[in-house]
Amino acid sequence: MSKRRVVITGMGVVSPNGMNVSEFKDAIRNGSSGIRFIEQLKELKFSCQIAGLPLFEKDYLNNYFSDIQLRGLQATGMEYGVIAGVDAWKNAGFSIHNSETPLWDAGVIFGTGILGVDKFREAIYKVDQGNVRRLGSNTVTQTMASGISAFLGGKLGCGNIVTTNSSACSTGTEAILMAYDRVAAGNAEVILAGSTSDSGPYIWGGFDAMRILPYRYNQNPTQASRPMSASASGFVPGSGAGALVIESLDSALNRKATIYAEILGGHINSGGQRNGGSMTAPNSLAVQRCIQSAIKNSGIDAEDIDAINGHLTATTKDSTEIQNWCAALGRKGNDFPYINSLKSMVGHCLAASGSIESVATVLQLKENFIFGTINCEDLHPEIASLVGRDRIPTKTMNFSPNIIAKASFGFGDVNACVIFKKY
Amino acid sequence: MTREELLTKLKTIIAPYVQNQEKFKNLNENTDFINDLEINSANLVDVVLDVEDEFDIEIDNDAMEKMLTVKASLEVIENKLALK
Repeated sequence: MSKRRVVITGMGVVSPNGMNVSEFKDAIRNGSSGIRFIEQLKELKFSCQIAGLPLFEKDYLNNYFSDIQLRGLQATGMEYGVIAGVDAWKNAGFSIHNSETPLWDAGVIFGTGILGVDKFREAIYKVDQGNVRRLGSNTVTQTMASGISAFLGGKLGCGNIVTTNSSACSTGTEAILMAYDRVAAGNAEVILAGSTSDSGPYIWGGFDAMRILPYRYNQNPTQASRPMSASASGFVPGSGAGALVIESLDSALNRKATIYAEILGGHINSGGQRNGGSMTAPNSLAVQRCIQSAIKNSGIDAEDIDAINGHLTATTKDSTEIQNWCAALGRKGNDFPYINSLKSMVGHCLAASGSIESVATVLQLKENFIFGTINCEDLHPEIASLVGRDRIPTKTMNFSPNIIAKASFGFGDVNACVIFKKY
Repeated sequence: MTREELLTKLKTIIAPYVQNQEKFKNLNENTDFINDLEINSANLVDVVLDVEDEFDIEIDNDAMEKMLTVKASLEVIENKLALK
């Protein structure tokens, strides 16, 4: 059976450097960082006291949650995901319907790593005090991983698949590909795909303990996230959510929706934690295979790729990632596609990274630019030996890319690569 | 505290959970939380916790199960207050 064509018709984002798509677009064009000093992390004696944190007034939530839903809400990932998800849905031209009949052909695939840690903390204290009876009705719904897809599915009245995927830092890109597969196969017409990640010390603490976060930038946070730089010293933890409405081309054309880009295909795989792969490191052969399979699945050639939005977290693994792209595409030097990393501006938004970065990638296709990667003026020598300097812009450039590859890699040696095309 | 005062306080507590405003306007002692006011059954436990906070009382499981109508709730609250 031939695959149906699949497009993106709506987007929403809650990013450390922009609370909606319009703010976010301006921020990435201007190289504006959303990484800031967090007093609480200092008080808690974190080595890394900075993070990518979305900023908004509490009453902004009134636009998305009822009074009763807001009572006892202590799940930042729920807040970010609902804002981004509802924004994307409305951006696609859908309304929130009150009909008693679910939308049988519309679904939600919205991933997360863990949800509602602050709520869970509150619950743990109460349980340990022998006060379980005082937990209230919303502890379960805010701390179950699928709380985010459940909330969105109910708000929008979706009657197709409503689920939450989880694959560490590849979660967001995986959600997009899961949605693509389902729509391409004809099992749904439209799926709200995305991912979200809670913020705060209980999310970021484990990474601080692993000593993989930069600790010398607490006084100058915007310079801390340095993907591809010789002075990169670890990833800055981030948070937020990204959401994309993934729809069959037929459905989009029928309702005359704005089309942001087409999804040609992609691939998801794992390195099996073999051949240098581990719980925390990628098997390079698997990464290359994932990229090559994504290209093949999309029916294009490696030469067709104009730009790459990398995973590129600002650790020593950045050089390895560039090597893998070179090997997978058979391209290097000045023949290499343009490549950038959103993490230079927002940090590593963990489970949310793939979806927020995909929103940035699709904006480049729609609006004809390649955003600059900040803080990489001092390119890592291993990367400089593989890729021409002008292939890694530090300032936003006007360019009209036709095809962009976006990849995400995660703990557990898991990979996801999606191919977006200008429509 | 008079029954009238109790009722006023109870109305304030349940207001945010009510989904049928018409019935809420005409609330009387026989009003049923789920059937009339269309309060989500999962939220009944939140109503009880709010009642505990407001009146500084503890409502055990047996008493909680009875609190499905305005009348029954007022009686439970009165009983617990009398034991204080």
